[in-house]
Amino acid sequence: MPTRTEIETEVIAILAAQLLLSPSDIPRDAGIDALGLDSLGKVEAIFALEERFGISIPFNANEPDRPDFAFDSVPGIVAGVERLIAQQGA
Amino acid sequence: MRRVVITGAGTVNALAGDVPGSFAAFAEGRSGIGALSFRDADRLAIRVGAEVRNWQPGLDPAKLPLYDRVTQYALVAGAEAVAMAGLPEDIGPRGGVILGTAAGGISTWEDSYRAVFAEGKPRVSPLVVPRLMHNAPASHLSIRHGLTGPVLVVSSACASANHAMGLALQQIRLGAADVMLTGGSEAMLCFGGVKAWEGLRVLSPDTCRPFSLGRKGMVIGDGAGVLVFEAEAHARARGARILAEVAGFGMTADARDIVAPDPSGAARAMRAALADAGLTPAEVGYINAHGTGTLVNDRSESAAILEVFGGSPPPVSSTKAMHGHAIGATGALEAIACLLALTRGVLAPTIGFQAPDPDCPLDVVPNLARQAQVDAVLTNAFAFGGLNAVLAFTRA
Repeated sequence: MPTRTEIETEVIAILAAQLLLSPSDIPRDAGIDALGLDSLGKVEAIFALEERFGISIPFNANEPDRPDFAFDSVPGIVAGVERLIAQQGA
Repeated sequence: MRRVVITGAGTVNALAGDVPGSFAAFAEGRSGIGALSFRDADRLAIRVGAEVRNWQPGLDPAKLPLYDRVTQYALVAGAEAVAMAGLPEDIGPRGGVILGTAAGGISTWEDSYRAVFAEGKPRVSPLVVPRLMHNAPASHLSIRHGLTGPVLVVSSACASANHAMGLALQQIRLGAADVMLTGGSEAMLCFGGVKAWEGLRVLSPDTCRPFSLGRKGMVIGDGAGVLVFEAEAHARARGARILAEVAGFGMTADARDIVAPDPSGAARAMRAALADAGLTPAEVGYINAHGTGTLVNDRSESAAILEVFGGSPPPVSSTKAMHGHAIGATGALEAIACLLALTRGVLAPTIGFQAPDPDCPLDVVPNLARQAQVDAVLTNAFAFGGLNAVLAFTRA
């Protein structure tokens, strides 16, 4: 299982690719809306995370207030990915 | 300008295989949504849809291999519409077809790709191209009913059927035809169709609750709706029963975002349809909403309706919680709900409604159909790609 730091590096790389930024431009505690990721960018980033980690992310764009997966910030995404990888191993 | 009326209608959808059955389902507030039954549905994250179940097309078995489901639905709906209109067997050069479809023969693509890629077969059926081409449903309707005038298919995602009906109206007004079969057909409920939609994260895992607090997204439906549009003078001369008038059409493009709707584009389309029909907002007694049940559409559409109708919009309902979002056919199914309002004075409800959403402050005819005499209605369709198409129908 990848370490938290490794997951964080991948999450930041995937977000950077969507935002056409360098990974170094994305703070480790960045909020997704503050980064300016639009709705299609969001679903593309989720797809990339699923492909990278071999997980299925339960995210419904219609329920932002009651997420099964908090796609709101870098730490939120990292924690969510970590949980899904752990569940898969269980 | 020539006036255009509706003299026939036909449908196949998750609720029923004809117009009387669909009228009854609308009046009862019945849902056609259920567990998906097609091949590999167990490999999907989203497993609900408004399928046409136990499909028995009743078409010529010798010709069936030529027909993808999108064509089968159109042919069955078209036959009902032509019979209702009392049109002759061969309608001829003053008749045409303009249908909408978004995905065309998608199951034919899927089955063929499966055969050559997954199963390693060396060849596919020689009928693949004529089955999957988008114009197949329109062409087969023209062949079946001898319609030799303007025949084509338009494809504008979820607005396809409304665009088709708008263009059919214009063909008759122009004098290019006297009779047009129009509407839409869609058969996107197959593994690849739903798998593609899943990726956008806008599908509901359980059911569709348009305009309601707690809504979780859209539910895809299958089916076709075909209407007979006819020059009023032509219909009167042959003593046809007139169901309603096609009073106006408006279409606009947001020119903003490929998926996110812009309320001002929708509002401009509604205003254009009203202006084309010579109607004031106050004369409209019912709006059949696009009402997909996604967070974003319902919020944006509510804002657009309030922009056009001010503080007192008419009742608005979305029938997609019953027949599902039939994508390129949906406008045609919704036109049938408009016919129910204009001919029987019954407003089809928005079922699945739980509680008002402050972002959608509309009278959405929640859960129960309502009696109301209406003289004019609007029906909205707003597609991905920022394409908006609105029709106005009035009482005969």
